[in-house]
Amino acid sequence: MMGPTVHLLPALIGIPLFAAISCLLINNRKITACFSLAAAALLLALVVNLLEPLRLNTTAGGLTYQLGGWGAPLGIDLFVDGLAMILLLVTAVLILILSIYSVFYFQSNEKAARFWPLWWLLVAGLNCAFTAADIFNIYVALELIGLASVALVALDGSRASQVAALRYALVGLLGSLLYLMGVALLYRTYGTLSVVEISSLSQADALSTAALLLITTGLALKTALVPLHFWLPPAHGGAPAPVSAILSALVVKASFYLLIRYWLEILAPAAAELTMQLLGILGATAIIWGCLAAFRARRLKILVAYSTVAQLGYLFLLFPLVAADNSAETYGTTAIAAAMYFLVAHALAKSAMFLAVGNILTAYGHDEIRRLQGIARQQPLSLFTFAIAGVSLIGLPPTGGFIAKWLLLNAAISNAQWWWVAVMLLGGLMAAVYIFKVLNLAFISTSLDQATGCAQVPLGMALPGLILAVLAVCLGFNAEWLIDLLSIGGTAETGTLK
Amino acid sequence: MTQDLIYSVTSLALFGCGFYGLLALPHILRKLLAINIMGVSVFMLLLATANHGTSIDPVPHAMVLTGIVVAVAGTALCLKLAVNINAIDQNERDSNHQ
Repeated sequence: MMGPTVHLLPALIGIPLFAAISCLLINNRKITACFSLAAAALLLALVVNLLEPLRLNTTAGGLTYQLGGWGAPLGIDLFVDGLAMILLLVTAVLILILSIYSVFYFQSNEKAARFWPLWWLLVAGLNCAFTAADIFNIYVALELIGLASVALVALDGSRASQVAALRYALVGLLGSLLYLMGVALLYRTYGTLSVVEISSLSQADALSTAALLLITTGLALKTALVPLHFWLPPAHGGAPAPVSAILSALVVKASFYLLIRYWLEILAPAAAELTMQLLGILGATAIIWGCLAAFRARRLKILVAYSTVAQLGYLFLLFPLVAADNSAETYGTTAIAAAMYFLVAHALAKSAMFLAVGNILTAYGHDEIRRLQGIARQQPLSLFTFAIAGVSLIGLPPTGGFIAKWLLLNAAISNAQWWWVAVMLLGGLMAAVYIFKVLNLAFISTSLDQATGCAQVPLGMALPGLILAVLAVCLGFNAEWLIDLLSIGGTAETGTLK
Repeated sequence: MTQDLIYSVTSLALFGCGFYGLLALPHILRKLLAINIMGVSVFMLLLATANHGTSIDPVPHAMVLTGIVVAVAGTALCLKLAVNINAIDQNERDSNHQ
């Protein structure tokens, strides 16, 4: 009944893994670059090809594949529903565009030899986390993502990047161990690792609650939820541009995606409304604190990194909004659709922004905001990209960011939780302040020494960012496809929401 | 049952020790050791779980094996980064002397 397409599911992880090993073995800059572009295109084609079978399989709640034909309790299942599909799709699109950028970014750089294998390992980890239907397999995916990200952050070789990477590594290991402790407790309670089985068995007893809290703390550490965000700005601000882009756009979202799975599906009965409100309060704090820190930042890349901290806060507003919404039957409800829409819009806008900042950094050799006066004349394309992405982050129409915020506001108002509305509006205002602070400086005309010390940025580095920013805007024109996708799954026993 | 309890309580105590060490100790080697102690505590809980029924459950053992591999890789990566930082500092000190 599933048809042959289901057998393509393992390729989601297989293609990146194969690419990683091949890039390591080939070890030639030009060949690995071509090979990586081909692999990225293939991955995107594969994900797009899975869209139609997924639509046809709504009754089953999604596509399932049993690795090695072993089946759920002992073997490992791969599972794709609408929620996972959105992340797979965003990942595939971003990887293709960021790979094109990376080819030019590492053009005259021997570090490229080390970049591509780690890059593909990271993609394998991400795809594994999105498709895993086994809570221990999720742990392995988390570690794969963590180790690959740390090595990518350290790629630069400077002391600051090594320190940031080491801190990131310690945080990542701690987060994974907290998660694994939760897994151990769950296995002790339910005697299975399968997501489907735990979802159907889970109750609101003490051990399940303890496991949920351990898992949440571990994943919140990896998602950089305030007050556990301290590691993010140096790591995201110190990494090479394409790495910063993927870290902010996808890596922190992977752990957020898992949080959604745990709170709304796997351990839904143990998810108390009080703790969900607490997550919302932390999210609101993140919005305010992230915006303040972004405004105070001296370096442009740190500003963008703090903006990620703030934007992640919006995602966590999902939990109190869902808790209040008792009619939640599928993932297609307003609050979840809003959060997922926000996630996609932020992934596109933030990666565009990091690429633009990477170009400015390449052109001037520094990214100190004070010294970036009048760059609009010399780097119009990069600044244009920065501006469009910024408009989406602020949430002005007609961008994807606007629709996302609109949906979130809608969910908050329909649940009569007006205080979140206030926080969101304030957050948008504060985002406008730090974005326009940069734009304002950039348009100051200076006749002084600015003409000196500006290198040329190749078109191959300028265009990918622009494409991402334009995609972030285009996302605002059609919200239906995403909500349609989300409603796949969540009706079968695998995805029954509370 | 008592055996299971001893292992579980020890595991939780080790987890606490490791967590405290990670937060409180400034030296990077000590932090890494603390993380490894935390890892061992989780493995211990899993092994205690394996001994639950009449027969021994192999699944937690498989998880512990995977966990050990991951812990080795993570520790090695952290040590390499620490060595890099040390080497950069050493170079700086040498060039300052000359």
